[in-house]
Amino acid sequence: MAIFELIYQFMNNFSFLILSAVGLAIIFGMMGIINLAHGEFIMLGAYITTLATASGVPLPLAILLAAAGVGVFGLIVDRLIINRLYGRTLDSVVVTWGISMILSQGILIIFGPSLEGSSTPLGSISIAGATYSTYRILLFFIAIVMLGIIYWLFMHTKFGLYSRATMQKHDIANTMGINTNKMYSLTFMLGAALAGLTGGLYAPTMAVSPTFGSAFLMPSFVTVIVGGANPLIGTSLSGGVLGVVNSILDILWGTFYGRLGLLVVAIIVIRLLPLGFSGLVEKKLMRGRGI
Amino acid sequence: MIAILKVNNIVSGYGKVIVVRDFNIEIEKGEIVSIIGRNGIGKSTFVKTLVGILPNKEGSIFFKEQDITNVKAHERAWSGIGYVPQGHGVFPTLTVEENLMTGQLINKKKSNLDFNLVYDYFPRLRERKKQKAGTLSGGEQAALAISRALVGNPDLLVLDEPTEGIQPNIVHHISDIITKINQDLGLTVLFVEQHIGLIQQMSQRCYAMDKGTIVGEIQNEEVKNYEILKRYLAV
Repeated sequence: MAIFELIYQFMNNFSFLILSAVGLAIIFGMMGIINLAHGEFIMLGAYITTLATASGVPLPLAILLAAAGVGVFGLIVDRLIINRLYGRTLDSVVVTWGISMILSQGILIIFGPSLEGSSTPLGSISIAGATYSTYRILLFFIAIVMLGIIYWLFMHTKFGLYSRATMQKHDIANTMGINTNKMYSLTFMLGAALAGLTGGLYAPTMAVSPTFGSAFLMPSFVTVIVGGANPLIGTSLSGGVLGVVNSILDILWGTFYGRLGLLVVAIIVIRLLPLGFSGLVEKKLMRGRGI
Repeated sequence: MIAILKVNNIVSGYGKVIVVRDFNIEIEKGEIVSIIGRNGIGKSTFVKTLVGILPNKEGSIFFKEQDITNVKAHERAWSGIGYVPQGHGVFPTLTVEENLMTGQLINKKKSNLDFNLVYDYFPRLRERKKQKAGTLSGGEQAALAISRALVGNPDLLVLDEPTEGIQPNIVHHISDIITKINQDLGLTVLFVEQHIGLIQQMSQRCYAMDKGTIVGEIQNEEVKNYEILKRYLAV
C-alpha cells in the first residue's frame, strides 16, 4: 500500500535530515560558526563505529563510542582553532573547509579508499506485501528521542539557560558571570558529538569511505538554512516540512527529484522567510504574548 | 573608609580609537556615586571597561583591594560587580524568571536577595515572571535588568543610564528602590547618567566627565545645585 510506503519514506527522510542537521544547527545557532567540516565529523563517527564493531564491540556501544570520540575531537579542534573564530561567520567557512579537507584526505591516507562495512542490523518487517528495514524505522524513533533530549537540555537545565543567554547577548551573559568561551567550547563539542553519533548510526547502512560525509552535507545545510538560527524549533520544523516534500517526490519521481525538491523548497523559504522557520516562530511567539 | 573601587589612569576605546583616557576615580564602600556628562563623551566606554567587556590599554583597576585589571569579565562578576547595561540588556526570548536565574549564577550565598525580594520591589515582574523579557515595556525591562543584577548579591552595582527612555514616574520608583537597597544592605552603587533629576535624587557624590576623562568632582551640597550640574551636562 502506497500509504505505508509514504510513511516509511517520510520516517526515513525525516530522521536522515534531523540527524544530519542537528549538530550543525546547534553550532551555527549558538556560535554563528558555519562548520563545513560537519560532514567529515560524521564520517569520523562512521569510521569509529565500523572499526569498533570490526574489533568485536557491540554496535550500540560502538555508536556511543563514535559520539564520545568525535565529541572529544571537536573539543580539541575548538581549543586549537575554532576559539579564534568566535563570531567570525565567514572566516569560519574557510577554516572549517580546510579542516574538512585535512580530515577526508587524512583518512584516505590512513585507511585507504574504503572500509569493509557491516550489514544493516535488525532485518526487516513486511507490511502489506512490502518490506521495510527495521533499523531505519528505529532511526526515526532515535531522531525523535534525540530532539526530546536536546529540548530538555536547552530548556530545562542550567547549561541550556546559560547557553541561550550566551546565544542572545554574549557580552551581557559574560558580565552575568557566565564563562561564554567555555559555553562555546561545550557547544562545539556537543555539535561534534552529535555529528559523530549520526555517523555511527548510519555507518551500518552505507559504504564507509572518506567521502561518507558528503551524502549528509547538502541535506544538513538545507535543513539548517530552512530552519534558521534556532537549533530546536528550526531544525524540527524544517526536518518535518522537507521530509514530507522529499518523501512525496521520492515516491513519485525518485531520489534525484527528491533532492532537487529540497533545494527548491530552500530557495522558496529563503525568499519568503529570510530567517527561516525559527524567525517566523519567534516573531509569532513575541507577538502572541503581547505587551 | 576603605575604597571598594579604585580606577587609576585607565585608557580605553574601540580598536585604535581612544575614547577614555587618564581616567581616575575612587569609590568608598556604601557610597552612591554618579558619573555625569553629555552623550558620547565615553561614559559607557568606561563602564564597559570596568565590567571587563572592553580591555583597558593602560592603567589599573582595583576592586576590594584586588587588582582586577587583567581579570576576565565573567570573573569580575564572580568577584562581586553587578552590571545593569545601557538599554537594559535583558535577554529578550528568555522569560523574566529565566533572566533572573542568569543573574543568580554568581550569588554564592543564595540568601540575601532572593527572587521574592526583587519581586517585592517590582511587583510587575512577579505578575510577568513567565513572560518573555522582550515583550516587557521599557520601564519593566529596566526593573528586570536591575533585579537581575541584584539577585547576584553584588558588592558594587554599576548602572549605565538605567532610566534611558523610560517614563518619569518609573524613574522615581527605580531611584527610590536603589536608595533603599543602598541603605538597607549597604550596597555600593556607581551609576552613569545625564538625567539631572535622577543624579540629584540618588547621588551622594558626582564625578563630571568630559572628552573621555574626569574633569571635576561635585560633593555634598553642590550635588543639589542645579546650575553646577547643568554646566557639566550642557551641550
